[in-house]
Amino acid sequence: MADFLQIFANGLVLGALYACIALGFSLVWGVLNVINMLHGSLIILGGYLTVSAWQQLGVNPILLLPGVAVLLFAFGYVTQAVFINKVVTAPVLTTLTLTFGLDMILYNWMTVYFTATPRRVTLNLGTVEFGPVFMPVDRLVGMGLALLLTGLLYFVMRRSKIGRAIVAVRMDRDAAALMGIRANSIYSMTYGIGALMAGAAGAIFAMIFPITTNLAGTFLGRAFVVCVIGGLGSVPGALLGGVVLGLVESFAGNLLGPQQALTAGFVLMLLLLVVKPTGLVGISGYE
Amino acid sequence: MPPRLGTLAFALALLILAATPFYGGNYIVHTATVVAMYAALAYSWNFIGGFTGYPSLSTAAFFGIGCYVGAIAQRHGLSLVPAWTAATVAVALFGAVLGAIILRLRGHYFAIGSFAVVEVCRLVSSSWDGVTGGGDGLNVPLLQWRPDTIASFFHFVMMTILLVVIAVTILIQRSRLGFGLRYIQQNEDAAQMVGVDATLYKVIAYTLSALFCGTIGAVYASWTGYIDPTESFQVVMTVKVPVLALLGGAGTIAGPFIGAAAFVILEEIFWVNFTDWNQAILGAVIVVLIFFLPNGLLRIDYHRFLRQSQLGTAGRLNA
Repeated sequence: MADFLQIFANGLVLGALYACIALGFSLVWGVLNVINMLHGSLIILGGYLTVSAWQQLGVNPILLLPGVAVLLFAFGYVTQAVFINKVVTAPVLTTLTLTFGLDMILYNWMTVYFTATPRRVTLNLGTVEFGPVFMPVDRLVGMGLALLLTGLLYFVMRRSKIGRAIVAVRMDRDAAALMGIRANSIYSMTYGIGALMAGAAGAIFAMIFPITTNLAGTFLGRAFVVCVIGGLGSVPGALLGGVVLGLVESFAGNLLGPQQALTAGFVLMLLLLVVKPTGLVGISGYE
Repeated sequence: MPPRLGTLAFALALLILAATPFYGGNYIVHTATVVAMYAALAYSWNFIGGFTGYPSLSTAAFFGIGCYVGAIAQRHGLSLVPAWTAATVAVALFGAVLGAIILRLRGHYFAIGSFAVVEVCRLVSSSWDGVTGGGDGLNVPLLQWRPDTIASFFHFVMMTILLVVIAVTILIQRSRLGFGLRYIQQNEDAAQMVGVDATLYKVIAYTLSALFCGTIGAVYASWTGYIDPTESFQVVMTVKVPVLALLGGAGTIAGPFIGAAAFVILEEIFWVNFTDWNQAILGAVIVVLIFFLPNGLLRIDYHRFLRQSQLGTAGRLNA
């Protein structure tokens, strides 16, 4: 029982992080209809920026988070405005290939500039005990930050002007344009927010686990899985998908060995794709 | 170019590639073998991605399973050709079953589903120690011939596969099947309405796209003598192969070959001259391709290009 609770708690913490990883990907896919192959590298970029700023400036990484977020937003905005907007209405293979090409460039640059050595921020906050469950405090902080960001995105999409504009463009690009919304600039904004979420997720991850460029593909894969499990186009969908994946990985890792954790996630995703491709929550448009 | 002249040029290019052992050194023959291999993979992808317009990203899964089945068969004492045949049959079956399941998905979901298959295969092959050797990989018995005989032998084999795939492509393009597949690409619902059995056609196209990848994988395993999970199930390969077909012109006869030749030669140049940056340069090539050659090298309409570059032509390829 104690083991079960521990595995369950680990799964929940992972789940919150996975939700945060997948949100940006889900947003870009849901609104722009683009499979963003850059997503994994953007997460790593956020993590690397946090680690190097922490090492060189000695600032608490939580305070660095807004800075990293702004940088990644700018990077995403420019990427969309310069490249992806040009082909945003093209079929999936075209946009996917384009983001894959951009990913090769970013990935290569990161490996040369930062090197692929795994690194992390060490916070040394100790461990807390809840009955039989042990939990390092840095993981709890990470989980809290991830949930905070998730909530923030939910709020922005529902309540803010920009969020409403994104939803309007998602529903009908031409009608939104007639209402005076600049569709291309909204697309760039959306991609910027997607990159921001990826970078923030990477920064949070770097406080908990060592990160390296080699993980970019794994993160991207997890974003796929979370989106398909939870259902595309909603914050609750990503949250549910993240938690389900976190729990599945945690239990599969414990029962079948850590090697199988990832496989279990992918197999679950393939099953769901066949049985219920709309995901657990269903597809929506961030309404 | 008039069609006759184009066919002639294509045949001539294939001849130059096929004749490399007679005039080139080991390096040239090796590069030619790689060109033939990637061209054959691109033609395979073309059945499902070019004709049918389904953005399949599972090439690396078929290739990798081919590698493993071939390698395991050879380790159990089968000689080359039976091992390759076993791999071909196994991968064709795998493709047919997988296709029947995931071809119900369309667009983005199909792309992600087919992509996930590669990851699952890689993870399974690296954890199933007893059969696949896990992360250590497998050694494949090497041929005990002179090195240049081996090089020409594998060049000959890859070249043969390439020619067979091209022949099948031409046959399909002229057949009812090819017509049906192109119909599905343009409008699947309409195709179904007029009596094209879309599911069957798609499964056939998908199986065809798997089959040759299996053979190529098995031949590759015998050629290199060693395989491991990361080498066999490469994410890069799964995107690179469609890029080759797009670079040349998807859905055309000569396109995949031209794309593969251009890409492999570029890659060789970059590897030699910019070791640290070769991946970024290839990425840049992909970006340039998407923006400036959306329909591939073959479909550049030079007359229209001179008058005015048309917007939105990128959209024509696949749905």
